[in-house]
Amino acid sequence: MLAYLVRRLAWAVVTVLGVLLFLFVLFFMLATPDDIARKAVGEKAPQAVLDQWKANHGYDKPRVWNPESPGDTMLVEHFRRMLTFDFGNSDADDTPIGARLWSGAGPSLAFTVPLFVSGLVLGISLSLFIAFFRETYIDRAGTVIAVLAMSVSTLLYIVGVQFVLGKLLRWFPISGFDSSPEVMIRFLALPVIVGLMSGIGGDLRFYRTVFVEESSRDYVRTARAKGCSEGRIMGRHVLRNSLIPILTGVVMQIPFLFAGSLLLESFFGIPGLGSITVDAINANDFATLRVVVYIDSLLFIVGMIATDVSYTLADPRVRLG
Amino acid sequence: MSERVLEVDGLVVTFPGDTGRTAVVDHVDLTLDAGEALALVGESGCGKSMTALSLLRLVPKPGRIEAGRIQIAGQDVLALPIPALRSLRGRGAAMVFQEPMTSLNPVVTVGAQVVEAIRLHERVTADAARRRAGELFARVGIPDPEARLDAYAHQLSGGMKQRAMIAIALAAKPKLLIADEPTTALDVTIQAQILDLLRDLRRDSGMALLLITHDLGIVNEVADRVAVMYAGQLVETGSRELVLGAARHPYTQGLLRSIPALAPRGARLSEIPGSVPSAGAWPSGCRFHPRCPRAFEPCPRIDPGWTELRAGQRARCHAVAKEEAS
Amino acid sequence: MPLHVWVNAGVALLVLGVTVAAWRIRHNTLWREAGRELWRRRPLALTFVALYSAFALCDSISWIDAEGMGVREPRSLLVRAFPADFQEASYSAPLADVEFYGAQPLKHPGAHWLGTDILGRDVLLQALRGARVALLVGGLTSLIAIPLALLFGVAAGYRGGWLDDVVVFLITVLFAMPGLLLLIALIMALGRGPVQVCIALGVTGWVSFARLARGETLKLRELDYVQAARALGVSELRIVVRHVVPNLMHLVVITFVLTFSGLVLSEAVLSWLGLGIDGSWGQMIDRARDELSRDPIIWWNLTAASAALFGLILAVNLVGDAVRDILDPRTLRERA
Repeated sequence: MLAYLVRRLAWAVVTVLGVLLFLFVLFFMLATPDDIARKAVGEKAPQAVLDQWKANHGYDKPRVWNPESPGDTMLVEHFRRMLTFDFGNSDADDTPIGARLWSGAGPSLAFTVPLFVSGLVLGISLSLFIAFFRETYIDRAGTVIAVLAMSVSTLLYIVGVQFVLGKLLRWFPISGFDSSPEVMIRFLALPVIVGLMSGIGGDLRFYRTVFVEESSRDYVRTARAKGCSEGRIMGRHVLRNSLIPILTGVVMQIPFLFAGSLLLESFFGIPGLGSITVDAINANDFATLRVVVYIDSLLFIVGMIATDVSYTLADPRVRLG
Repeated sequence: MSERVLEVDGLVVTFPGDTGRTAVVDHVDLTLDAGEALALVGESGCGKSMTALSLLRLVPKPGRIEAGRIQIAGQDVLALPIPALRSLRGRGAAMVFQEPMTSLNPVVTVGAQVVEAIRLHERVTADAARRRAGELFARVGIPDPEARLDAYAHQLSGGMKQRAMIAIALAAKPKLLIADEPTTALDVTIQAQILDLLRDLRRDSGMALLLITHDLGIVNEVADRVAVMYAGQLVETGSRELVLGAARHPYTQGLLRSIPALAPRGARLSEIPGSVPSAGAWPSGCRFHPRCPRAFEPCPRIDPGWTELRAGQRARCHAVAKEEAS
Repeated sequence: MPLHVWVNAGVALLVLGVTVAAWRIRHNTLWREAGRELWRRRPLALTFVALYSAFALCDSISWIDAEGMGVREPRSLLVRAFPADFQEASYSAPLADVEFYGAQPLKHPGAHWLGTDILGRDVLLQALRGARVALLVGGLTSLIAIPLALLFGVAAGYRGGWLDDVVVFLITVLFAMPGLLLLIALIMALGRGPVQVCIALGVTGWVSFARLARGETLKLRELDYVQAARALGVSELRIVVRHVVPNLMHLVVITFVLTFSGLVLSEAVLSWLGLGIDGSWGQMIDRARDELSRDPIIWWNLTAASAALFGLILAVNLVGDAVRDILDPRTLRERA
């Protein structure tokens, strides 16, 4: 187990370095510092202004090779700062990136966590229900609804829900955020509802497939021959075995709860990491964008390792060899 | 006078096919008394497994039991409401399957699976159930039974797994044990052990055994009576001595002849020409006639009925009927 | 040469390519059976997809009218199906005779079945033209990405060694970066145009299929007949082309259909961020968003684009599910 963990950590380190390299190529070679400066200052700005801006924002060193003092290049700077989480300032408004991202984590979590939990509970229970009635019209109806729900763009869900529940029925405010818990719930209701509607289709299909596959296994036949009721089979035998593949998918999502959602936060005015990212895109703030992609990659890698570990713990065949 | 544990009368099981529903089990009759062992023999695809599954109404969809009567320990299985059926499963009759690896739940300890089988049919405390599970494990010959209760299926060898399966089947003290090819997936030496175990269990508890197999060697070891199946129908039944020693049906004779151990060294191995027909493509008349060395005029036209022979043996064959008549 | 001529040539090439491919596999029982089964299961969805494709094709073939003076825009077949100079001044409701605000009479009263947008353009025409963008995004991107993924995945899986290590490293790094953000970053770096968007989508999209192709190749490499071919001295390239790739084709088809809708939906989100392709439904939806808060409500823009988007995605999803079921390796083996 320990050797395995060490191997995974080594993989993680290599991948992080690879990601940083890719980011460097993307943000410093494909899009040159001159391009970035021009986007920030203006297309027609004279070179002197661009150079000044580049100096202010730390883009003035040679990118890969510095003949005067090797090692004092943007490449090395980039790696050093990212690995030490020293993110510097935004290209757009010069505010410290790190602090800004940190402040966005709270609001993001405020709605991703309820969405995650409710989505899980709803998804699994509905899928279990449908799988219990597999091959009947309930199953077919459920599958049809799932495909329909999956085929609607999230944009449309947002527009629709904002319009119907926010404007027509006036049940919830269309957008906005408040830190005090009682009021926060009202603001978070719509984004959570949209998130649920948008995700339920795919979840249903995935969970249902897992449940139905497990239901056709031989040990289910043995349980039935013992005298187990169909309900007990579904709820104890099938669910237990299905949790293993389901768990791996679920654990993967947990790190991303911090990252928020680009669409939902932006439409519903939640000041989380997602809307910070959207602002960065709209303002051509490459520095912030770099950091956000890096952080998200880290979250992914953490998620992968957590998934591997949880799989090892959950499946006795893997745990006990 | 032993009680009658199993009585099957005119069982028909159908599956959908290209030309409508076909009967993969076509009017099968079986009887079994307490303490007896009946072997249901046939090649793959003859319908013997489906017959076994239908006894506890475990036929998988889209299969269906279309007709017949099944009585286990006096209860009409096909007429039972679901709760009573569940009670019958495990208590009236229990089943052991062919593949122990996949037939055991991989994420639950084997002990817990035995306990579940116990507690589904008896109101006992968890501790009492666990104790009984340990006893059952000892009874089926699992060494160090207490410790093994907490093992998972993948930690046990093939033979151990099958013993665990048998323990699960015995948990509610069934009157009938249905074993569907219980040793096919095991090594030969383990096979012998499992067969010995089954014989001991029968002797001690008076449990009846329905053994499904394609291996005539096992039949010889275990069975009191034999029923031979071909293409969904029974073709010969009788005591073990008579069916194996004095087989009358050409198919049974062909099966016995093709066992390599019996053939003289150096001679060609005997075989039954042709291959088993698939369901839905049964030949007309007697289903064995295209491969039968004794086929004659009525065979392709008329489905033969039973010809009663001595001492309870019977065969379904025109040639045999003709012999008996003369 | 002007752009539209290139596009016309491309369309002709595409049609030719599809016809040749269909001709070549018409004897292959596996694909013929699969095709028939697909038509049997999902005739409606297939018809929808065909319809959308027809619209897309019609909108891709364009030429300039030779008459008149001054520079004229090339007009596509689809545009020519509508009356010339079909544009009004501003909003009008579906089938209306007058403008929405101000009640000025329209140039083509009652002819705009789905109304007009803020610039007076016919909404039905715009919705139909969106099909071209959608099929471009979903189809063309895959046409680039999938062969690339096959190349990398099969090469890595078959050759092993350092090539495998490099490709796995690439795949892992790209996979670790969040798809949407990576897409956005790429477009911001490459510039905002349809070609760049397709390239970005292709780069981010090939990763998971390359992984799959590599995994399957690893399995196929160990198959007995491949080993036999190697032992007989058959060249590796020939083995790959004759034995490995054809066995991956069913995965190619499944992946193509299943990722199609994901790509189109991604483009919609990109449009909302201002990074999408001109003329897409996503752009229509983005522009129409504010119209819902007007009083009286302007709904036809959003509805038309949403319905068009939903229709294609649903049809492709249904076809995709059917394709996956039909080409499932288990059922393939039974049918073989």
